[in-house]
Amino acid sequence: MRHFFGLRALPTLLRVGFAEAIAYRAEMLVWVLATTMPLVMLMLWTAVAEVAPVLSASGRTWSSGGFVAYFLVVFIVRQLVSSWASWEINFEVRQGLLSMRLLRPIHPIISFAAQNLAYVPLRLVVSLPIVVVLLLSPGASHLTTDPALLGAVGLAMLGAWLISFFANISIGALSLYMESSVKIMDVWLAAFFVFSGYLFPIDLFPPWLKVASAWLPFRDMVGLPVELMTRGHELDEVLPLLARQWAWAAGFIALAVVLWRRGIRRYQAFGG
Amino acid sequence: MRRYLRLLGLQLRTSALLAAQYRWDFLVDGAISLFWAFTAIVPLFVVYSGDRGVGIPGWSFGEALVVTGWFILLQGVLDGAINPGLQSVIDHIRKGTLDFVLLKPADAQFLVSTSRFQLWRVSSVVSALVIFVIAFTRLGFVPKATGVLMALVLLVTATLLLYSLWILIISAAFYVVKVDNLTYLFGSIFDAARWPSSVFRGALKLVFTFVVPLTVMTTYPAEALLGRLEVSTLAASVAGSLVFALAARTVWLRSVGHYTSAGG
Repeated sequence: MRHFFGLRALPTLLRVGFAEAIAYRAEMLVWVLATTMPLVMLMLWTAVAEVAPVLSASGRTWSSGGFVAYFLVVFIVRQLVSSWASWEINFEVRQGLLSMRLLRPIHPIISFAAQNLAYVPLRLVVSLPIVVVLLLSPGASHLTTDPALLGAVGLAMLGAWLISFFANISIGALSLYMESSVKIMDVWLAAFFVFSGYLFPIDLFPPWLKVASAWLPFRDMVGLPVELMTRGHELDEVLPLLARQWAWAAGFIALAVVLWRRGIRRYQAFGG
Repeated sequence: MRRYLRLLGLQLRTSALLAAQYRWDFLVDGAISLFWAFTAIVPLFVVYSGDRGVGIPGWSFGEALVVTGWFILLQGVLDGAINPGLQSVIDHIRKGTLDFVLLKPADAQFLVSTSRFQLWRVSSVVSALVIFVIAFTRLGFVPKATGVLMALVLLVTATLLLYSLWILIISAAFYVVKVDNLTYLFGSIFDAARWPSSVFRGALKLVFTFVVPLTVMTTYPAEALLGRLEVSTLAASVAGSLVFALAARTVWLRSVGHYTSAGG
């Protein structure tokens, strides 16, 4: 019953989270500026493609327009699906603030989720200029207009957010077992940068890197929605890809719930 | 001067003791820095991979590898010697405990800058050296003595620049209190230094040369090692970084004057 009431409180939680986003808007802007890596990569790859279009192993030709579309979409996707709950949990566990959350008649994971989701509208606003630039740029012709594929993009974005959020909760929950899991998050992030398609399209990976990324969840956190949006896959390839992504999402949800449940029993309110 | 050297020795010893105390952290840190070195090279392999025969215009794979080596080296300097000490200033300011530092009979900037070192980051120096060796084996020549000398001068310059930039960022903490994300922002801007600066054009090129001089930090030293850096560029870089350092010192002194203790 407890969690049922939690859902009723969701609109209020979202409103509170949104107010928080507005209050810390300057801070959020700095975070957005800190995620401009795709724009640097965009410059790098267009410089590379200017000499001659880049040919991938799969036979796809990447012109500078293709790179513009890819990296601008990467920027937007990262804005919308990112999550930072693991830092939040680490901080609250160390300061003992987590007790406040536990007192509320709502599951902490739900309240973290509401807090994260509430930033989406503001992040959407911040992304708008990039959307406009994208639509006016030569990259616009590389975007898909197929409604079925666009629907798949939506599903892939949701899946990407689920993986990102529940991976964050899982790693954050590790701070209940050890002093701090911030360093694990650092490793996770470093791997994310390399394997997700954030720095370069997975299509351009050398074969050994491609194999590695096929066995890791990172591609599903950015690469998949971006590839779908920039016509990286045909319609008949979409279903298995989405199934794979959602399987990862389900796995991380299960992991997060288990780690959280077991971890919270060890929590001693202060210094635990 | 002797006194400050002795202080530095003392601070280094404290850091070593701290590192020995948190052995688990120590090992994880080491593993992470190796991992970072790995992630710094991977992008190069992707750009130059296969038989595409393309790459960054004007830079062969070996040459670009030298730039990456400098990037790893400087990242080690930043994370090992500059970041930890200055990170503690931010905490001090937020908690109001900077008073204890200011009360001590030594220069506050010196004290906070040397308060903590991550000794494991020495591993970045090793990673960078390995990368240099690989790069020059591929290129098939050995850097000239003058080139190495110029590169070493630029290493000092780059460290000074990084440090000064950090001091400027920390000074902002006296005014806006919460700057954790500013430090993160700086880290992500510094990431752009892994590429030869010829990649950047227009306004961004100017920014990375004069405002956040990433070019001076990684591209120039690499060019020095490759034997294609003009002496005049070197002189300008040294002069520029001295101006930067002076400006940072002035701003620091003004900001400390602005500090009003708890909650300041």
